[in-house]
This record gives sequence, C-alpha cells and structure tokens, in this order.
Amino acid sequence: MTSNGFRRIYGSHPLHLLTLLAGFALCGYVLVSIKPMTLWNPNVWWQSIAVWFAAAIIAHDLVLFPIYALADRVLVATSRPSAKLSFINYIRVPTLGAVLTLVVFLPGIIKQGAPTFRAATGLTQDVFLGRWLLLTAAMFAVSAVVYGIRLATVHRAAPETNAEARNTAHDDLAD
Amino acid sequence: MDARWRSPLRGRWLTSVLGSVLLIALPIVTITGLLSYIAYGPQFGQAIPGDVGWLKLPTFDWPTDPSWLYRLNQGLHVGLGLVLIPVVLAKLWSVIPRLFVWPPSRSIAQLLERVSLLMLVGGILFEIITGVLNIQYDYIFGFSFYTAHYYGAWVFIAGFVIHIAIKIPRMWTGLRSMSMRQVLRTNREDTRPEPYEPDGLVASEPDPPTISRRGALALVGGGALFMAVITAGQTIGGWTRQTAVLLPRGLSRGTGPNDFAVNRTAAAARITPDLTGERWRLTLTGGPSPVVLDRTMLTAMSQHTARLPIACVEGWSTTETWTGVPLRELARLAGVPEPKSAFVRSVEPRGAFNRATLQANQVMHPDSLLALRVNDADLSPDHGFPARIIVPAMPGVHNTKWVGSIDFRAK
Repeated sequence: MTSNGFRRIYGSHPLHLLTLLAGFALCGYVLVSIKPMTLWNPNVWWQSIAVWFAAAIIAHDLVLFPIYALADRVLVATSRPSAKLSFINYIRVPTLGAVLTLVVFLPGIIKQGAPTFRAATGLTQDVFLGRWLLLTAAMFAVSAVVYGIRLATVHRAAPETNAEARNTAHDDLAD
Repeated sequence: MDARWRSPLRGRWLTSVLGSVLLIALPIVTITGLLSYIAYGPQFGQAIPGDVGWLKLPTFDWPTDPSWLYRLNQGLHVGLGLVLIPVVLAKLWSVIPRLFVWPPSRSIAQLLERVSLLMLVGGILFEIITGVLNIQYDYIFGFSFYTAHYYGAWVFIAGFVIHIAIKIPRMWTGLRSMSMRQVLRTNREDTRPEPYEPDGLVASEPDPPTISRRGALALVGGGALFMAVITAGQTIGGWTRQTAVLLPRGLSRGTGPNDFAVNRTAAAARITPDLTGERWRLTLTGGPSPVVLDRTMLTAMSQHTARLPIACVEGWSTTETWTGVPLRELARLAGVPEPKSAFVRSVEPRGAFNRATLQANQVMHPDSLLALRVNDADLSPDHGFPARIIVPAMPGVHNTKWVGSIDFRAK
C-alpha cells in the first residue's frame, strides 16, 4: 500500500500512527506498573487517583474556562470597543492576579490541612487569608492608580478637535 | 469555525509562541523531577514509589558537589512548575475551540490524536494540582502524593512526546507566520486577526480586539513573573524569603540560631526528653564490635564546621552553618574506614523518614557531618537534638534528625 492509500484510510501519515501507538503503549506500561488497583480507592471514591486525573482533564476546559469566559463576556459587553481608553484591562489584570493567587494558594488561605501543616512547620496558616486580601487590595489599587493616570493623560492629550476621545474617557469613568 | 468563538487573538501564531515556551520549560520541570527520584537513592530501595520498573532515569550515585545541587534541582522543579501555571492556562485557552469541534473527529488519525490529548492535558494539570497541594501540606486527595505525582508524570511524558512529535512542524510554521518584532510594535487598534482557515483556531467572526497581541503576551509573561516574585524567595532565602508571602516557607519563625524552617517538629515525631536526654547514646556498628558514644564524648571529638544548604523536595531551602563530627571520622572509629554505604536510624519511633541509607560519597565527603550544633548554638529539639545528619546536596529529608545509630556497611 502506498503512503497515499494509507492516508486515505487512516487520515494522516504513517509516522503519525507510529508515534501515537508508541505513546499509548508507554501509557499502558505506566498503568501496568502502577497497578490499576492503586488508581481506585474503594472506601472513599473521590480520593482515587483515577478520579483526580479525570477531574484534571476537565478542570480547565469544562470548569474554569466557562466561568472566566462568561465573566469576561459580561465585562466586555459593558464597554465600548471604540473607546480610546478602555477600562476592561484595568479590571481584567488585577482580577486575574487575585484569582490566580486564590486558586493556587487556596489551602493556606482557607486553612485546609492545618494538622499536617503544623506537624511539618510548627506554625499555623493564620496569616495567609489576610495576606491574600492585602495583595488583592494592592493589585486593584495599583490598577486604579494607573488607570487614573492614563485617564488624566488622555484628557490632557486630547486636543480640542478630538472631543470624542475625551467624551469616551468621561463615559468610561462614569461607568 | 463556530461563531461562538470570538477572540481576535486566537490563532496559530499565538498558540505556537505559548507552545514554544512550554516546549523549552516543561522538559526542565520533568527532568529535574526524575532526577530527584534518583537523588532519593533507588539503589537502596528508598526512592518513592518503590518499584517503578523501567520508568526512571538510569540510577547513579547522586553527587555531593556542588553542595547546592539538590537545592537548584528542586528550586527549578517546583519554582519553574509554579511559574509556568499562567503559561499552561493561556495555552489551554488558546486552543479551546478545538475541544468543541463537531463532529469530534473526521478520521481515525484525529480520533487517536484526541485521545492522546487526554494524557497531555490531564497529565499536566494533574501534576500541577498534586504538586501545588503537596508544597502546602494539603493532602485532601487522600492517595500517596509520591506515587500519584511520579506515575502521573509518566502519563504526561507520553502525551507530551506525542504532542511534540506531531505538532512541531505546525508550531514552526506558526512561529514564522508573523514577525515577533512586528507584533511588539502593534497596538490594540491596529491588531488584526490571523488569517481565517476552516478548522483552525481563528474565529470566523472575531470581535474587535480588547487587548493587543503584545498586551496578551505581557499579561501571560507578567503572570509568570508575578508567580516567580511571590514564590522564588522560599528557594533563594535571605531577605527574599519574606516575598514568598503565600507559601508555608515564606513564614518566619524568628531570628534565633535555630529559627530556620523545620521539616517535621519534634512533637509531631513524638520525640520525648527520655529519648534524647542524658540516656541518649549513639551506636556505631559495622565494625568488629559496636561503638557506643554519649553526647559529651562526641563534643570532645575534633569538630568540623561547614556552611551547607538543606533543601527539601518541596522546593524550599535554607543555608546554615553546621558544626559536628565528620561522618568519615565516625566510620573510622567504628572500624569501617572505607564504607560502601551507611544506614542511619533515628530514635524517632515512627515515620517514613526515621531512617536513611547514605552512599559512600555522601559518608566520605569532608563536609558530611553528624551535626551537634547549628549557627553556634546546640541544635534545637525541632532540628534534631542531640545529633543530626547533614550531607551536601542530599535531599533534605534524608538528613536524619535525632540520630540513634549508624551502621557503616563495607559491602
């Protein structure tokens, strides 16, 4: 069979198939090595490796993405794309910073695993919630200051003939 | 492409740029992780998980020089892993329209490739999630972190290698489809979508841009830099430690000689005064007859001082000044001047790390100590009083605390 005939039936080059088969076989070896029994916890189903792996597969695409995409659509819908200076990114950036730190450092912030934490470090997780709130406050405050400066610059730079930009900036502030 | 997708930035160029960053950085995270397994000493059966068959790098004696080797290895593994979180998320965002393509596959090739993406995406996020929980001592997942993180890595490796092999040509053409210099010069108003192609990543009816491409790159890069700034302090130490504001190892215990980070407290290890007080003895075996020493005899021996880092698998490290008796002196005293290995046992009654086997080079290094003092003070109970092991470049947890016996093995 020629490579073309193969491509018609399979849908890609033979190398594509060889690569995938090698990868699947390696993955199979991983499963055999870990022993499938290890993947399942018969007592507490959600504390199974298999369940956490499955959750990891959908964690971004079917959980995080719909949430942040929807939130962003709402944000964008309230703005005017033609505006010379849009407020959108001044909200997006600190929000992303706050949410990223919240998600990554959630165990400390909500004091999960306190006994293990104490045994390992001799300390408590008491400070983390406050620190995260301060960090979040700082990020939004810096964003507000930068946005304020940019607004002022746009006002000053806007010549008499370019009243539209000025009006848009006013509108955004009024939003 | 479905009209649901509206971002004017998605396209092969952006995906290729993010992909090329991960192509370089993820192998570093992976290899340092696999090296850490070797550093734990699989030749002594003390790497976890125990028997991994062929799923490991070739075993070799982990070096003792430079003394910061394990510190660097784990700093890179954990630090780079954290820094890449925004890049991984951006990459997933950039390709998400492909997930919802209907019908899901038009050929066997496409179907198989999509199955392999489960290994890639599941693997990377599983590794990030378990790793992030582990460095914060949150074991809500219930299973063995070591087992899950290690085998999870191999599932990721399989998915990653497939993905690279299949996608590198596309990534290359993607990178060359636009000039980076041009992108960096283009503001939001002048940002245009990449050319539309059916079944590609570019939206068929894109919205006007709300951010330029350079802005999006700055956002992702800034996110990575931000993660670096708030985590690197746990590895670098010194005054930077306080910048790790949300990490356990950014916390301060005080300014005294024994106030550096503890890995397991004496209370948690159930170390009581009658285990470590006047009745404590160090037993050296392996020679013609056991040698038993008390702490006074140890302090009377010639002492050696070394400034060495202690670095944890979790990525944090701290460099302190340790004083004690060189292990090779103890080996000589025991009657085994050239040991092949040494088995150290703690008086800690229970605990996965109340013992460790050291390689010959780890016993014989001049700076390898049975430390009695740190920073000119006696060790505190939390740091292993009356005596602990400190060996250059060894995984932190193998520097056994509250040592009760050392068996020097000639073969």
